[in-house]
Amino acid sequence: MIPSAFTFYKPENIEKAVSLMVDFGDEARVIAGGHSLIPVMKQRLTDIKHLIDLSGINEIKGIEITDNRISIGAMTTQVELINNEELFKKAPIIREASLQIADPQVRNLGTIGGNVANGDPANDMPGLMQLLDATYKLSGSKGVRDVKAREFYEGAYFTVREDDEILISISFEAPSGGYAYEKQKRKIGDYATAAAGVILKVENNMCSSASIALTNLSDTPVYCNKAVDIILGKEIDNNILTQVTEACVEQSDPVADQRGPVEFKKYVAGIVIKKALTRAIERT
Amino acid sequence: MDDVKTPSREERKSALSGLGTSRKRVEDARFTQGKGNYVDDIKLKGMLFGDFVRSPVAHARLKNIDTSAALALPGVHAVLTAADLEPLGLHWMPTLAGDKQMVLADGKVLFQGQEVAFVVGDDRYAVADGVSLVEVEYEELPVVTDPFKAELKDAPILREDIADQKEGAHGARRHPNHIFTWEAGEKEQTNKVLEEAEVVADEMVYYHRTHPCPLETCGCVASMDKVNGKLTVWGTFQAPHAVRTVASLISSIPEHNIRIISPDIGGGFGNKVGVYPGYVCSIVASIVTGVPIKWVEDRMDNLMATAFARDYWMHGKISATKEGKITGLWCHTTADHGAFDACADPTKFPAGFMNICTGSYDIPVAYLAVDGVYTNKAPGGVAYRCSFRVTEASYFIERMIEVLAQKLGMDSAELRSKNFIKKEQFPYTSALGWEYDSGDYHQAWEKAMKSVNYKQLREDQAKQLQSFKDGKSRKLMGIGLSHFTEIVGAGPVKNCDILGLGMFDACEIRIHPTGSAIARLGTISQGQGHATTFAQILASEIGIPASDITLEEGDTDTAPYGLGTYGSRSTPVAGAATAMAGRKIRAKAQMIAAYLLEVHDDDLEWDVDRFSVKGAPEKFKTMKEIAFASYNQAIPGVEPGLEAVSYYDPPNMTYPNGAYVVVMEIDVDTGVSDIKQVYALDDCGTRINPMIIEGQVHGGLTEALAISMGQEIAYDEQGNVMTGTLMDFFIPTAWETPNYETDYTETPSPHHPIGAKGVGESPNVGGVSAFSNAVHDAFKPFGLTQAHMPHDHWRVWKIAKDLGLHS
Ligand SMILES: Cc1cc2nc3c(=O)[nH]c(=O)nc-3n(C[C@H](O)[C@H](O)[C@H](O)COP(=O)(O)OP(=O)(O)OC[C@H]3O[C@@H](n4cnc5c(N)ncnc54)[C@H](O)[C@@H]3O)c2cc1C
Repeated sequence: MIPSAFTFYKPENIEKAVSLMVDFGDEARVIAGGHSLIPVMKQRLTDIKHLIDLSGINEIKGIEITDNRISIGAMTTQVELINNEELFKKAPIIREASLQIADPQVRNLGTIGGNVANGDPANDMPGLMQLLDATYKLSGSKGVRDVKAREFYEGAYFTVREDDEILISISFEAPSGGYAYEKQKRKIGDYATAAAGVILKVENNMCSSASIALTNLSDTPVYCNKAVDIILGKEIDNNILTQVTEACVEQSDPVADQRGPVEFKKYVAGIVIKKALTRAIERT
Repeated sequence: MDDVKTPSREERKSALSGLGTSRKRVEDARFTQGKGNYVDDIKLKGMLFGDFVRSPVAHARLKNIDTSAALALPGVHAVLTAADLEPLGLHWMPTLAGDKQMVLADGKVLFQGQEVAFVVGDDRYAVADGVSLVEVEYEELPVVTDPFKAELKDAPILREDIADQKEGAHGARRHPNHIFTWEAGEKEQTNKVLEEAEVVADEMVYYHRTHPCPLETCGCVASMDKVNGKLTVWGTFQAPHAVRTVASLISSIPEHNIRIISPDIGGGFGNKVGVYPGYVCSIVASIVTGVPIKWVEDRMDNLMATAFARDYWMHGKISATKEGKITGLWCHTTADHGAFDACADPTKFPAGFMNICTGSYDIPVAYLAVDGVYTNKAPGGVAYRCSFRVTEASYFIERMIEVLAQKLGMDSAELRSKNFIKKEQFPYTSALGWEYDSGDYHQAWEKAMKSVNYKQLREDQAKQLQSFKDGKSRKLMGIGLSHFTEIVGAGPVKNCDILGLGMFDACEIRIHPTGSAIARLGTISQGQGHATTFAQILASEIGIPASDITLEEGDTDTAPYGLGTYGSRSTPVAGAATAMAGRKIRAKAQMIAAYLLEVHDDDLEWDVDRFSVKGAPEKFKTMKEIAFASYNQAIPGVEPGLEAVSYYDPPNMTYPNGAYVVVMEIDVDTGVSDIKQVYALDDCGTRINPMIIEGQVHGGLTEALAISMGQEIAYDEQGNVMTGTLMDFFIPTAWETPNYETDYTETPSPHHPIGAKGVGESPNVGGVSAFSNAVHDAFKPFGLTQAHMPHDHWRVWKIAKDLGLHS
């Protein structure tokens, strides 16, 4: 488990990092916390000649909150997301979901940027970002641009990010309403067998806003637009919850792995979705 | 009178920290400070590294190996292939099971991860680059992973080297992929009993393939000193002396010129008993290059290629009267050994002690047959935290008891109680030929049932079931029972040997002039705490405080010959040798004391740490005084010095036993199980160090939890390993580990010098059945008879689904 040789760079600003990316093209990769990248390098599943460490770039670290807009630098670690009280007040679901990622050691180094940029359908943050309708800010040779999280993912490990682009921040409106992130996993440190996030508001017993997303139930995170359409404006009862759950499961497309066959994953998807819905409603 | 108070007997006794003391582990000071000395810590001048090119496929013909690009890489010194080893006769090596195994792929590969070439280079980095540059051309062949398909008429022949051999190491072979048939007991009589029985339960019980997965993987450093002709190998060896002898036999280096050293070992669990290609290649590479070679597996290598455990398909039939008296037991096992038969069993037992499968029960007649077969999987079949095939046997009988109870409509606790071997029946000869040394199963069982309040548990379970049926809950409660009897401490030389090496063990003691001591043993601790507990045995035997006794193991140049540590043999065999060597010391000490006190030997009596004159306790000589005297007194007829060696050939095995109860709650929709209670009562005979026993029980239970609830080595149909990393291979952390309640009864072994039976493996043997039985028990009301382990989420979910609990 020894990676092949690479050159290591530690630029102090984004311009430098981007210019290295431009210079080396697809032979270069940025490294954030390394907890997704290093394992694949060690298994030599990917051959990286130039490794660009983002940890020296202070401008893409930290959490900024202005009114209801939250902006998180790509190099903010998962443990920082968990410990930030302001963030917890504005968007408590971030802490709830982050605490279900891996284990404390991984969270001490793993970053939100690495988690969402990687394109691994098993990661929890991409699903969470669907839920929050987040916007990703990318910086590349052609300048800076915003991409909606809901439009970022194309397939497992494929995203709309260009080779020379670096994700610099993630922003979203502070959500309101009840929330829940439910994840079934085999053990601590495991990716989800199935996970679901829900944010919704109920006014006069009617659902006035809703967002639902799934993790590790397809080759990309799933935003459950069909289920959202079903629940919006409806009175919340068991019947509607069942319909919503079914619509979510319908949109899922899991693959079999050691966690179990497709049929099982779809069944458990239904369970975690129902649990997330129920808990979110309780919290409204 | 002087005012210095002479310590009382009790005070002197407690100063020894002898038998029965929860003495703190002396090993921990260095381990907790990161000061252990493991193989990978060994760094020698000029040392090079070696690593393997491994087969990515499970079955293929080797068309070509091109090493030129690797050899051209700066930093790579050599690339060994089978062609290089062949002139030395080392391209194949004998296995401990009487088969042979390729050291490096010779013409074909037989499992994914098999060693194909060995690259030697400056450091791990150069070697890893070299490995990736070796080009191997494979012509893929059809793959067999299902042992039941291995013996079909048109099955691909795996072992072409022995395809025509009708006789194997263990008798007749009936198919090129068949290894052996091993039988025990009375076939005809058993069949007759089953035919005429009032009730027969018939079940296929599978104990899946898993892996010992010690924290430290396997590795070695081989160093051939060409000047003095001496080969030294540091390695993760559970049996250093056996490795020395095997190394000498296969390399023709004289045995006195081979020194094997097992430094600290980070867990073994059976994985480090066998001899692996990495050792042979490192030795050859050191001979070729003239410098030391280090080879250390990574985690994926370890899980994929070094010895697995279990993979036993056990078809059973058990008969009883309508009242629940068991009348007979029949078992046919299909044993999947992988590509080579590399089990580490005593030679005469190709299926280990599977014939302990009558368990704790008085079963009048029984028959067992085991067929070993080859498949395209990694070799192994080692005893993972158990004596040879004992968890398999115990799991089998404990499942059969449950299915029989179901068939009889009887509570399985009662069925067990009704059939236990009674206290007065010991020593008890089982239908399959073992002589159980001692036990009081009823006492243990009653204590266990009382401690967990069994009746109450069943009532709670019934309530939970009702609430499930009423639609108020989606959870079921399961109560898993097990009563196991192990057979450990191999073993008597008359029937236990490995490649002709009798399975005795040894201890050598030297008492220093100032009354402290060093003891050396033929075993090797891998976390068991031998340096702590064996010193306690000695402290009680020779009256020197445990803290004044150094214990050394693992260096074949200094330790007496022994067969190593596995199968819970250290305490039953080497522990006995320790006590016996201590007694020799004491016998000589008595003569010295008699001389010093000017009395006859017989006038003295042993009193904790001294010999005193009978009837005049104020006249005595302490061991300390005697030790000094042995170095400076010219005693007529007595040699100077105070040393002893004992080689102990045990008269019998020991039979630890215990009663375990696991309570769990299972969510039928998610398959998630929540373990509510784990109660473990162990009877390991005399208890040397209760704290270490508790630690061993906690560790063994955690491995049992892992195995039963999720841990497996899974293959797909192409023979790809699906569980090659710790993401998919389940190792519980503190998070998954439940609370454990431990308890005990103490029935000493009558034939062991101090009555101790061994405990390190009991919790794994008893635990797996208890966890698995709890899962089965939860679904019993819906008719479940057998569902194979591991009981991970999806498999438990599948049970519920198949029983119609999801509609
Ligand atoms: C044992 C274990 C268990 C885990 N369990 C979970 C889990 O349950 N849930 C979960 O969500 N995650 C899990 N992870 C993954 C973990 O959260 C990772 O840390 C995270 O996915 C990646 O973040 P990182 O900072 O480590 O990124 P890295 O590993 O450094 O990078 C990952 C990828 O993203 C790219 N990248 C990183 N930063 C940027 C950027 N700013 N712009 C563009 N590209 C970038 C890298 O080039 C690389 O391709 C687990 C990891 C381990 C080792």
